[in-house]
Amino acid sequence: MRSRTHLPAAVAALLSLSALHPSPAGAQDVEQGREVYEQWCSQCHGSEGDGLGPAAEYMIPRPRDFTTGLYQIRSTATGELPTDEDILRVINEGMPGTTMPGWEEELSGADREALVAYIKTFSQFFETLGAPEPLEFPGAPGASEERIAEGRLFYDSIQCFECHGAEGRGDGEASSTLQDDLGNPIRSADLWKAWTFNGGSTVEDIYERLRTGLDGTPMPNFSDLIDAGFMTDDQLWNLAHYVRSLSPEETPTPEEVIVVGQVAPGELPGQLADERWGEAESFYVPLVGQIIENPRWFDPSVDGVWVQALHDGSEVAFRLTWHDRSRSPDPGWLEWQGWVLDAMAPREGENLEPAPRPDGITVQFPPTIPEGMDMPYFLMGDGANPVYQWQWSSVPGTAAKALARGLDIYEPLGAEGLASEAAWEAGRWQLLLRRALVPADPASELQFEIGVPIPVAFFAWDGDNSEEGARGSVSSWYFVQLEEETPPSTYMAPLFAFLFTGGLGVLVVRRAQRRDREVQAAAAGIVLPPEPRPQMARNFGFAVGALWLLFALAAAGNSVGGWAAGQSDVGFWWAVIAGFLTIAASVALIGTARHRYQGPRKS
Amino acid sequence: MARYERVLRALAPAVLLAVVGCGGGGGDAAGGDGGGDAAPAEMPFDVATAGNITGSVTFEGTPPPPEVLDMTSEADCAATYTGDPEVSWVDVSGGGLADVFVYVREGLDGMSFPVPGQAVVIDQQGCQYRPLVAGVQVGQSVAFRNSDGLLHNINASPTANRPFNVSQPVNMDTEREFAAPEVMIPIQCDVHGWMAGYIGVVTHPYHAVSGGGGGFDLSQLPPGDYVIEAWHARLGTLEQTVTVATGQTAEVSFNFTDAMLSSAGTPTDGTHDHGTMARVGGVAE
Repeated sequence: MRSRTHLPAAVAALLSLSALHPSPAGAQDVEQGREVYEQWCSQCHGSEGDGLGPAAEYMIPRPRDFTTGLYQIRSTATGELPTDEDILRVINEGMPGTTMPGWEEELSGADREALVAYIKTFSQFFETLGAPEPLEFPGAPGASEERIAEGRLFYDSIQCFECHGAEGRGDGEASSTLQDDLGNPIRSADLWKAWTFNGGSTVEDIYERLRTGLDGTPMPNFSDLIDAGFMTDDQLWNLAHYVRSLSPEETPTPEEVIVVGQVAPGELPGQLADERWGEAESFYVPLVGQIIENPRWFDPSVDGVWVQALHDGSEVAFRLTWHDRSRSPDPGWLEWQGWVLDAMAPREGENLEPAPRPDGITVQFPPTIPEGMDMPYFLMGDGANPVYQWQWSSVPGTAAKALARGLDIYEPLGAEGLASEAAWEAGRWQLLLRRALVPADPASELQFEIGVPIPVAFFAWDGDNSEEGARGSVSSWYFVQLEEETPPSTYMAPLFAFLFTGGLGVLVVRRAQRRDREVQAAAAGIVLPPEPRPQMARNFGFAVGALWLLFALAAAGNSVGGWAAGQSDVGFWWAVIAGFLTIAASVALIGTARHRYQGPRKS
Repeated sequence: MARYERVLRALAPAVLLAVVGCGGGGGDAAGGDGGGDAAPAEMPFDVATAGNITGSVTFEGTPPPPEVLDMTSEADCAATYTGDPEVSWVDVSGGGLADVFVYVREGLDGMSFPVPGQAVVIDQQGCQYRPLVAGVQVGQSVAFRNSDGLLHNINASPTANRPFNVSQPVNMDTEREFAAPEVMIPIQCDVHGWMAGYIGVVTHPYHAVSGGGGGFDLSQLPPGDYVIEAWHARLGTLEQTVTVATGQTAEVSFNFTDAMLSSAGTPTDGTHDHGTMARVGGVAE
């Protein structure tokens, strides 16, 4: 109901009634809320509501301290308390981009409302200040190219880039200096990842955050500026539309198979900036902190990588794109490293110091394509089953090959045959990796085979976030599959089938037309000669129908194969063809069966 | 609070003169919620019986050198300085210590004072708060002024009051007021991590910030015994008791030392200290 501003007035009135409904919480509600809180919330937020539960120190940002009465996600002005609805919404939906999950599916409505009542008891402000009033603002104007362009200009003019970066990837000048109300490091939002926005990803959510600010974070409110006449609602909506336009409409969902598209021999892009990358499909692979082996890492900076891959039958090229707020090592981030280590690392018994550390990314394969699902351990293999890796680091800035037999246990394989090119710009790394399908040393290096799913995994490190070794981001196993060369028959077969089917169709239609001519001839008193070989014509009709049915089955088989190979477009079009053939076959079979040749009509 | 101002403006300017541009009444004197009782229009005692306090704050030992601020990210601000941009959190001249918030902590129980109509201005100039430390009465406006004309945000992190975080991308003023006494409220600009400032909020007009030579005055107090506290951002707090008699000027002096600097354990880089400093001061009585 956060798009409340969209709703007709009557519905809005009803809603506001229901918002009022959680009347002053009774002792029973609070007691019920306390029980639910103790069971589900206190591990992070602490039994005292102070945000100091036993799990809290594994989390950045830290869990909310309810004793301050300070809430990020509100429908009210900066400094105001949240409404009950605001609190309930965060309980229901969680806070994307943080460790706070949504509880709508886990807890009953009564439990969640009781939680709201109980959480409010942690701060005296809820008693002394009374019920807050939500800000009122007009509904969202529709998005348009013009609004987005205006919003972009406005983004620059009010200097959002100071924190969020010139292109909005959270890499602004101030981004290495940001702290929350608890003095912990906090990242400015990467505006290209609306699915990580703490207060939701819709344009209405974004607008509301601009109006209310995110109290307890460096994000200020802009209502004061509207009130003072320095900006208009419309300008702020433009800004919200611009911000929303930076992210895909839907949250990218990882696909198991990364399709390595095929290009003509010699057409493989050799450079990052090659325009042909623009046409290559992009696959999003989410990354999470490495929290299995010590030292575990609960504050990963890189949370995903976009993978594009092409091959030309003799070489394969990957272009990896990931967001990183700095080009490490950047001395401007040393202080940030200190904060991050203070907040996270002491738990592991380490005495880590801020230090210039490079950024890095590793692409990992098994050394040989495994039979079935028998893959090495995804966390860089083990002693018995090593993994083959391409390791890239911003220092010295090139990629090298290695065998890994566990986290940080590497056997270098040199860089021979592995070409790379990397560039960092405006909060984004791009890396090109290119190697022959047949490796220099097939004994230790993966040989890419076409048409076979090959396991692949990714690791990333942000040096300026103090990451190195086990402290980094990881993915599980995915697959790359090199597209098979399309044989000429793939193109010829449909053409042949089309012509053949068409020819048969003409014959069937002609036979049907003969019947019409007989009727017309009978009406005119003309006796046509008897149909020659009627049984043969009947058999012919059944034969055509059966043939079409066979074609339909073959097409359906192609469709299933296409889907299975992750080539959804192939699967889709074969499904369409199968559908048409099925219809044609049905018509031929049913039509023939119903048609009884009665012999020439007598006049 | 606007209605207090209207009441105040309707009254003779004599009231304002009487409080020497400092006070005018906010919440109840005991400093509870600050939002309850209406502010009185007049001083709660016979001003003919008033006395004064004059004092000085000194610093003994070696003050830390001014902190050089890295303003490379904001060339326009850096350009306003002739040399390196810097800030002196321990600003000593002639033995006197500036930027110390001095206020009556105890001795005014039960009294309620008019709230001054004019705002206390905290300017953002050269990417620093000027002044670094300011005092204000409950209910009195603080005008945050952006003279730099580039993006600042004012992120206030009080505990007894409600926080706020205001964006100022252009030359402008934003006025705010505080409903409860609190010593001190840290303010911070997140765009420029080095920008930190402090606001002391008390229920009465008897507060001051020591000037360049360490001097301060608290004028027109009712006669009585007071506990005076001196708060410094890097050195912590000191207190003195003093008796004010009608028509007399009592003297108070506070002496901070460099030993307090180390024991205070506060950060010395001038940035990101609001979390720490928020806990140095207490809530004013």
